[in-house]
Amino acid sequence: MRSPRFDATVLTLGFAFLYIPIIILIVYSFNASRLVTVWGGFSLHWYSAMWSNQGLMDAAWVTARVGVLSATLGTILGTLAALALTRFARFPGRMAFSGMIYAPLVMPEVITGLSLLLLFVAMGVDRGFWTVTIAHTTFTMCYVAIVVQSRLLTFDRSLEEAALDLGCPPVKTFFKITLPLIFPAVIAGWMLAFTLSLDDLVIASFNTGPGATTLPIKIYSQVRLGVTPEINAICTILIGLVTIGVIAASLTTKRTEIKRVRDEHLAARGATT
Amino acid sequence: MAKSLGPVKRKFSPWTDPNAVPFIRFENITKRFGDFVAVDNLTLDIYEREFFSLLGPSGCGKTTLMRMLAGFEEPTEGRILLQGQDISGVPPYRRPTNMMFQSYALFPHMSVEKNIAFGLEQDNMPKGEINARVQEMLKLVKLEQFAKRKPNQLSGGQRQRVALARSLAKRPKVLLLDEPLGALDKKLREETQFELMDLQQTLGMTFLIVTHDQEEAMTVSDRIAVMDKGIIMQVATPAEIYEAPNSRYVADFIGDINIIEGTIADTTSALGAPGTVKIESDGLSIAVDQGSQAVKGDQVAFAIRPEKVRISQDAPADPSVNSFYGEVWDIGYLGDFSLFIVRSKDGRFMRAAQANVSRLVDRPITFEDMVWLTWPRDAGLVLTR
Repeated sequence: MRSPRFDATVLTLGFAFLYIPIIILIVYSFNASRLVTVWGGFSLHWYSAMWSNQGLMDAAWVTARVGVLSATLGTILGTLAALALTRFARFPGRMAFSGMIYAPLVMPEVITGLSLLLLFVAMGVDRGFWTVTIAHTTFTMCYVAIVVQSRLLTFDRSLEEAALDLGCPPVKTFFKITLPLIFPAVIAGWMLAFTLSLDDLVIASFNTGPGATTLPIKIYSQVRLGVTPEINAICTILIGLVTIGVIAASLTTKRTEIKRVRDEHLAARGATT
Repeated sequence: MAKSLGPVKRKFSPWTDPNAVPFIRFENITKRFGDFVAVDNLTLDIYEREFFSLLGPSGCGKTTLMRMLAGFEEPTEGRILLQGQDISGVPPYRRPTNMMFQSYALFPHMSVEKNIAFGLEQDNMPKGEINARVQEMLKLVKLEQFAKRKPNQLSGGQRQRVALARSLAKRPKVLLLDEPLGALDKKLREETQFELMDLQQTLGMTFLIVTHDQEEAMTVSDRIAVMDKGIIMQVATPAEIYEAPNSRYVADFIGDINIIEGTIADTTSALGAPGTVKIESDGLSIAVDQGSQAVKGDQVAFAIRPEKVRISQDAPADPSVNSFYGEVWDIGYLGDFSLFIVRSKDGRFMRAAQANVSRLVDRPITFEDMVWLTWPRDAGLVLTR
């Protein structure tokens, strides 16, 4: 039997399951005690400790650089791949190509990481910042391709034809018409790529080298030596950043929706004048 | 005096002049998409300042033909000449044609004036001239106060006007219109049809319009090409298409018509009058004054428009006149016209339309009345195709 009480219980349990671990993590980041599981009063001590932990800060900086760079490269390559897949309906090997772009999504990360490692070793490339960046570009690119491709499928191609018809050459048409219109999807792809790069541990640990320790690798290796509340603090900051991102995105969507409704009213009134 | 078919809209008929040079020439054009033949070895001439329609059901190749002229598709075989120049291989952004798209294809991220200016900016026209031309175009389509709006802030009719203004702004040699009025309601569509005609006359441009709406094609065009399955069935003026269709397909596609299949029983010599044939069709005998190439024994169709058939409850005074006797089976009241569907004893149907010229009728014809349908010898046609 379904009742309002039953529904409420299920909802509460579901959200509790999702969020209690995160809440515990946030709460303990303000713990004064050195012991992670014993509450010793409120303190911001671990946040200042985190700031002065050079190793952690270096790792954060590496992660940010890898994230921005690989997300940008992945977005460019992914957008190009999406264009190729939607635009050139028939070219030799299209099926193989579209299958191959999806493969990394379902491929176990261990395999992706290992194969890239073998490639870099075979090529004699020293592992470090650039190998991690390239590895991340490779796997984030397909996520971007899928996001952008879904936007391009609903893109009215007659807009591009109209631009060509009015004398605008193809490359210029891409930058003046296509790109501005698919830009929200490109940005969404970039954000997704950045997030994926930020939180990747497996692929990064296969392809990293001296001086290129990313934050997840750093956290993981510290945890193995014992969890310090510093880790809680930095995780709380990460959660904060993600939350702000999500709220900003939903506010933008809401504003666009309000604007759309207003435009429709304007159009309806315009019809009678 | 020679009779003419329908009203004469304007004195303009370069296609009858053997020395006239076509402005656009489709020469043995074939277009295949895989196994599908969209356009099949088609040849067509269009003249300068002509308002030309491509008319046909969806999938007949009319849009493909237009897209080949715009440069979005290349013909598989044949060539397209514009003012005598082969334009094969010229990309769309270098062709002197502009197109008004069915979906309007307005750039949603640009204002109305930016949309109209887009084509002019591509030609590197000076800013001042662009502004002047945009203002002129806005005035032409009566949208001056909407210049700063975005397309999604406009109604359907206004969007259609912006699309028209944008495609006219560059003063193309040929304006291509792809189902331009499809999205408008009937009243607005009719108004716009007349505006398009005025505009075409004023600007002196060549207009090529693709449509599946026969009324639209009839209203706006100097000539119509009726297409079916990638070939042209007939190219003629609206009046010729309507009054002298060359085939069962064209006769049936344009307007309402009675088609009676039969055999030529007699030709001129036996009937006296030149060009007269007699068609026998299961006991119905029809005399037609139409110069037809058909000879005795040919399988032909007799075609007659319902409005050319007279309906009466009295038997015709002259028994030699073409007639059809039957029972009123159905009546369609359309306001300006009433359509009567009459069924003969042997189960054959024929349609007659009567203009409702007076408001009050003494003795209205109603269901199950026995009526005579009559028509003169020159009212119908013999179709051999």
